Amino acid sequence: MADPGTAGTGEPVLRLTGLNKSFGPVHVLHDVDLTLRLGEVTALVGDNGAGKSTLIKCIAGIHPIDSGTIEFDGRQVQIGSPRDAAALGIEVVYQDLALADNLDIVQNMFLGRERRRGLVLDEDSMEEAARETLARLSVRTVKSVRQQVASLSGGQRQTVAIAKAALWESKVVILDEPTAALGVAQTRQVLDLVRRLADTGHAVVLISHNMNDVFEVADEITALYLGRVAAQVRRTDVTHGQVVELITAGRSGDLGLAPATAAENI
Amino acid sequence: MGASMSTDIPKGKQPAVKLADSDFASDRREHDVRSSVADYWARVRAGDLGAIPAILGLAGLIALFAALRPDTFLSTGNVANLFTQALPYTILAMGLVFVLLLGEIDLSAGVTSGVCGAVMAKLIVDAGQPWYVAVLVAIGTGLVIGTSIGWLVAVLRIPSFVVTLALFLGLQGVTLKLIGEGGTVPVHDNVIVALANKNMPIWLGWTAAVVCAAGYGASQFLRWRRQRTRGLAAKPVQIVAARVAVVALVLLVGTYLLSLDRAPSPLITLAGVPWGVPLVAVLLIAATFLLGRTAYGRHVYAVGGNAEAARRAGINVTRIRVSVFMIGSSLAAISGVVAASRLNSVATESGGGNTLLLGVGAAVIGGTSLFGGRGRARDAVLGGLVIAVIDNGLGLLGTKAYANYLITGGVLLLAASIDAIASRRRSATGR
Repeated sequence: MADPGTAGTGEPVLRLTGLNKSFGPVHVLHDVDLTLRLGEVTALVGDNGAGKSTLIKCIAGIHPIDSGTIEFDGRQVQIGSPRDAAALGIEVVYQDLALADNLDIVQNMFLGRERRRGLVLDEDSMEEAARETLARLSVRTVKSVRQQVASLSGGQRQTVAIAKAALWESKVVILDEPTAALGVAQTRQVLDLVRRLADTGHAVVLISHNMNDVFEVADEITALYLGRVAAQVRRTDVTHGQVVELITAGRSGDLGLAPATAAENI
Repeated sequence: MGASMSTDIPKGKQPAVKLADSDFASDRREHDVRSSVADYWARVRAGDLGAIPAILGLAGLIALFAALRPDTFLSTGNVANLFTQALPYTILAMGLVFVLLLGEIDLSAGVTSGVCGAVMAKLIVDAGQPWYVAVLVAIGTGLVIGTSIGWLVAVLRIPSFVVTLALFLGLQGVTLKLIGEGGTVPVHDNVIVALANKNMPIWLGWTAAVVCAAGYGASQFLRWRRQRTRGLAAKPVQIVAARVAVVALVLLVGTYLLSLDRAPSPLITLAGVPWGVPLVAVLLIAATFLLGRTAYGRHVYAVGGNAEAARRAGINVTRIRVSVFMIGSSLAAISGVVAASRLNSVATESGGGNTLLLGVGAAVIGGTSLFGGRGRARDAVLGGLVIAVIDNGLGLLGTKAYANYLITGGVLLLAASIDAIASRRRSATGR
């Protein structure tokens, strides 16, 4: 299989093979292969328009794929809607967060999947479960789980959004630029949380433009270049500079696309 | 360097979990009265005003009118009047709370109440139907109107402002057609008339008040005990007790005032809680339960707070949008029935004029935000009382009609300004 990162140790949970996606005449994703492993953070990097967002939207069931296969836990699956993705255990934390400001942390974490007893919401058990998840992820910055999300800082909101994804029996958690709008200390918190998410057995996809973030938490780096996977490599095998070259030129020395392919779309 | 990062984490895990526990301390710690009052004050300063403006407004207005018309305003007869006057606005406002929670508006709610009142009156008077059939058809009419608005807003995505403005005009035509130009349809059905004009037996009023107070107290204390035994966030017991005491006091004092004989002549007795009050109480309890305790209510708040987040969480936003208009128009229909009962008739202008303004005013004065996501069913009751006090007090002062309009409009604008300022503060403090 076209998977250079076979050095990975975790168990593969999601495997995309030969994924293609076009919007009308625009061919956005070309034969994309991607393998996600439990317990690992895979950084998805690429310049604007490289197809990162489209790729995660295909995994999340928002865009149907044109061709290619998606294997989840070794079986081939169809992901036709966000609900299908959630049912498999794929959670996406979007860049613009998707939290309701007027609800508290517990209410947000269980939004759309409230526990109830008969007609009535089971607030107590939801509060306990939310508290447990936050403690498991060692979230220390939240004062009270009954705080309204409106009163939280950017980093805390990001934390809640990520914890929300971990609350469910999720296996794959996709984070779309979780540190984009954060300060230094808050970025630190979120990156710690990303690492712990992987350590607690999730396969994590981290989309980021920030090489420092990527090199700090990722186990594996997948670089997209104009809709193609330029390389999927172990973080320890590459340098900052190589990744930047992969992002900007699609190739770096022996790594990356063949020169002809890389030049094709320019 | 990176590898050492990741191996560090398991080592740090143990203390981290303990830290996390201690950071929930503000939840688990027995809140004392002072800390929770401080918390409350901090929330108010951050723009979460709750019922404060309504309660202050109510107290201020009562003091004002009591000073200006000392002999009439606080007379037992006028107090009972206040309650029946507040009935239609309160019910209308309760329906509007649902619509406003999504940040939408229903400008046709007032005339919907008029149309539904007219439907009921025609069925009783012309078709000789029993009252319950007439009321059910009236509510059904409201449901149809609400569903149509909801469909146009949620599916066709026309702004609710435009849809309901069109219906505001169109439905006035329907009322006109039903009633006949310039006419009125008298309503003499005993049950309907009793709603706003007859009173409960005094013993029943007291029983209902005591049952409500006891039920509220029991539910609050049971919840408090459950939260405490499970180690969840709970308010201090003194605060819970104070809340229960205030609610019980309001219920009992209200019942006492309404149980005094308020007949203008000593030859007859006129006392007891008007039948419309328990109707509002039932609607209030039902709406509070729906909004606060069910998944549906949670989804309404979520769509009002962030529709996109709600959609991504798998909530059927379209269905929620349609449903709030259905609830709003159904409650408008009930409000129309109560208004017909109060006037003993339905006229062509029923539900027109400033009815809607007063309904929206009641909801907003009570604390429901025009920006969506914030509001409770009880806002309608508090705001309805404020509106009734204004309406009633101005009536007693004998203010001219033009001044009435100016003052009521001014009050609504004031309430909306408070809402807007509070909402700005909220977004400013939510770093």
